[in-house]
Amino acid sequence: MTQPSPILELRDVTKRFVRPLDLAAKIANLFGAGLKSETVHAVDHVSLGVSDGEVVGLVGESGCGKSTLGRIVAGIHRPTTGERLWRGTAIDALPPSEQRAVELKVQMIFQDPMSSLNPRLRVSDIVGEAPVVHGVVPAAERDAYVGELLQRVGLDAAFRRRYPHQFSGGQRARIGIARALAVKPEFLVCDEAVAALDVSIQAQVLNLFMDLRRDLGLTYLFISHDLGVVEHLSDRVIIMYLGRFVEIAPTEELFRAPNHPYTKALLAEVPRLDARKRDFAPVKGEIPSPLNPPPGCHFHPRCPRATARCRAEVPALKEIAPGRWAACHLNDAR
Amino acid sequence: MTPNRPTLVVEGLRTHFFTKAGVLKAVDDVSFAVSRGRVLGLVGESGSGKTVTGFSLIGLVDPPGRVVGGSVLFKGEELVGAPEQRLRALRGNRVAMIFQDPMMTLNPVLRIDTQMIEAVQAHDPKVDRETARARARDALGRVGIPSPDERLKAYPHQFSGGMRQRVAIAIALLNHPDLVIADEPTTALDVTIQGQILYEVQKLCRDTGAALIWITHDLSVIAGLADEVCVMYAGRVVESGSVGDVLDRPLHPYTVGLIGSVPSRNRRGQKLAQIPGMTPSLLNLAPGCPFRARCARADQACAEPPPETRPVPGRTLRCFHPQSAHPGTGRAA
Repeated sequence: MTQPSPILELRDVTKRFVRPLDLAAKIANLFGAGLKSETVHAVDHVSLGVSDGEVVGLVGESGCGKSTLGRIVAGIHRPTTGERLWRGTAIDALPPSEQRAVELKVQMIFQDPMSSLNPRLRVSDIVGEAPVVHGVVPAAERDAYVGELLQRVGLDAAFRRRYPHQFSGGQRARIGIARALAVKPEFLVCDEAVAALDVSIQAQVLNLFMDLRRDLGLTYLFISHDLGVVEHLSDRVIIMYLGRFVEIAPTEELFRAPNHPYTKALLAEVPRLDARKRDFAPVKGEIPSPLNPPPGCHFHPRCPRATARCRAEVPALKEIAPGRWAACHLNDAR
Repeated sequence: MTPNRPTLVVEGLRTHFFTKAGVLKAVDDVSFAVSRGRVLGLVGESGSGKTVTGFSLIGLVDPPGRVVGGSVLFKGEELVGAPEQRLRALRGNRVAMIFQDPMMTLNPVLRIDTQMIEAVQAHDPKVDRETARARARDALGRVGIPSPDERLKAYPHQFSGGMRQRVAIAIALLNHPDLVIADEPTTALDVTIQGQILYEVQKLCRDTGAALIWITHDLSVIAGLADEVCVMYAGRVVESGSVGDVLDRPLHPYTVGLIGSVPSRNRRGQKLAQIPGMTPSLLNLAPGCPFRARCARADQACAEPPPETRPVPGRTLRCFHPQSAHPGTGRAA
C-alpha cells in the first residue's frame, strides 16, 4: 500500500515520568534505605503516522498512556526520546518561531468541558484570545470572528457575552471545540471529548465532528475508551495497552477479525444494543501498574493463551497483513 | 409473565422537590414492578429522575425533596410513609443499594473488615465477630476478589476502582437482600472491568434470586443485562416493556431517538440520528408531553399530558403519536 506522506509522525517515541527522591528519601538512603526514584513508562517506544484527512482512533483502558500520547502529539508534553515530525520535518529541529507555527496547527479538545474552560472569562475571551495573540485575526475583528466560530459549532453568536457556567454540558463541549478551531488548526487531538456527555448530546457532538471533517478537511486523533464511538468515527484504530501499541488496523477489519488477544477481549466486553441477555465472560485481572510493568508481553498475566515466551520476550509490532499490525508472539507460531 | 408475586411493585410514585424557585417534579407518576431473579433496567439521561426514583424507593430522599404520592410495595409491605426505623431495618438488609462512586460508599478511615462486620452485626447483633468475619470473607470471595483474607485488612484507598466497586457490591450482598438497587455502578469503570462486574452481578442474581434494579444511561449495558426496561424522560416513564420489545420495536419517539444516537455497527461514518435540543428543565415544566419541544411528531394534541397506555400486553407507553411498530424503526433516521 502506498501511503501518502503523513501529516504528523511520531518516531520511536518514549515518555517517562520520573519522581525524583525527596530530601527525606535521600537522607534515608544515607543510612542505607536503598530507596529508588520511581519511573512510570507512560509511552514505551511507539511510532505512529497519521495521513492527511485521516481519523485515527486510539483505544485503551485507563492508565494505558493514551492521554499522554495525545498530549505528546499536541505538543503539550515533550517526548523523553524519539522525534515528532510535521509533514516530514522534525519539529524539535525547527527554529522556535516555526516550531510555534507548527504547534498551532495541532489543537487539543479536552475531556471535561467544565474544567478546561476558565470560569471567570466570557466565551468571547475564551475563544477569541488565542487567534488575536497569534495574529490569526486583528483585534478589531475579534468579536465577529468569535460569533462566526460559535455558529460554526452550532451555537448562537449572541452567546459570546456569557460565562461558561451559563451553558449545559453539550454546549460547553461545543465551546471547547470552537476554541480549538479558532487558530485554524489542521489536526485535532480529541481526548475523550464526548465521554462526559449524555447519549443524545454525544450524538450531536459526534455529528459536529463529522461535519467539521468534511467542511474543513481536518485530521483527527480520536482518543477514547468507548469502542462504539471510535468505530463510528475512525478510519484506522490503534489499540494501546500499558504504554505500547498492541494492534493497528483499519476499523472494519479490526472489528471483523481482531488479532491480538487483548483486542479480542475488549471487543467481547463491549456492551452492544443488539446483544440480548448475554452471559458476560470477562478477561481476568486488571491493567497492571505502569510503575512496575510485567516483563515480556505486558498482557501476559491476563492472556488466556500466554506461553513461556510471552513472559520473557517483548513481542514486536509486526505487519501481519497489508495495513494491519499486531504485537503478539502467537502470530509467529502460524 | 412470572407466576410468583413481584418483589417490588411501584405505583404512581411522585417525588417533588420544593425549592425556592418552585416545585421540581423529579419523579412524576412512575410505575413498575420487578420480580425475583429478574433485572429491571431504568434508563434515562441526566436529569430524567432515574436516580431520584431509586432513592425514593427506600426513603433516601432528603429535604427539600419529598415523596408526595404513590405506593412502593416491597413483598407486600408499603414503604411510602413507613417509619424511619423500619426503613433502616430494611436498608442494607433486605434491600441493598450500590452507588456509582464506591469511594462514597466506603469509609476511607476504616478497614474493609471493620465496615463489613459492622454491616452484618447492625442487622443481626446475635452474630459474633468471627462468624461475621467469615461471612465477609465469603462475600469478598464471591465477587471475585483474590485472597480475601488479606484484603479484609486493607483500607479502601489501597484498592483500585474496580476492586472498590466489588467491595461495595460484596457489602450490599452481605445479608442476602431480596432487592438490589444499583445506581450506575459501572459508569466510572473501564470496559474490561465493567465486564467483570456485570458478570459477577449477573451470577449473583441468578444464584441468590435477588431482584435487581439497574439504573443507567447506557442502553447497551441494559441490552445485555436486563429483562425489562423502563425509559425515563423528565421524571416520567415514557415507555416500558421487555428489553427485546423496547429496543427492537421502540414506540416512543424519544426511545427511537435514543437508540439512533448510539453509535453501532453497520452505520460507520454515517450521521447519527440526533435528537434536537436538550433535556428541559424540570422546574415549572409546562403541562403536556415534556418531549414535545424536541419531537418531530408533536402537534396540538401533545399540549395535553399523554396518559399511560398499554398498546401491547406487557408494555406501557405515554405518547399520542407512537412510531408504528415494525422491526427496524429504531434504525430509521
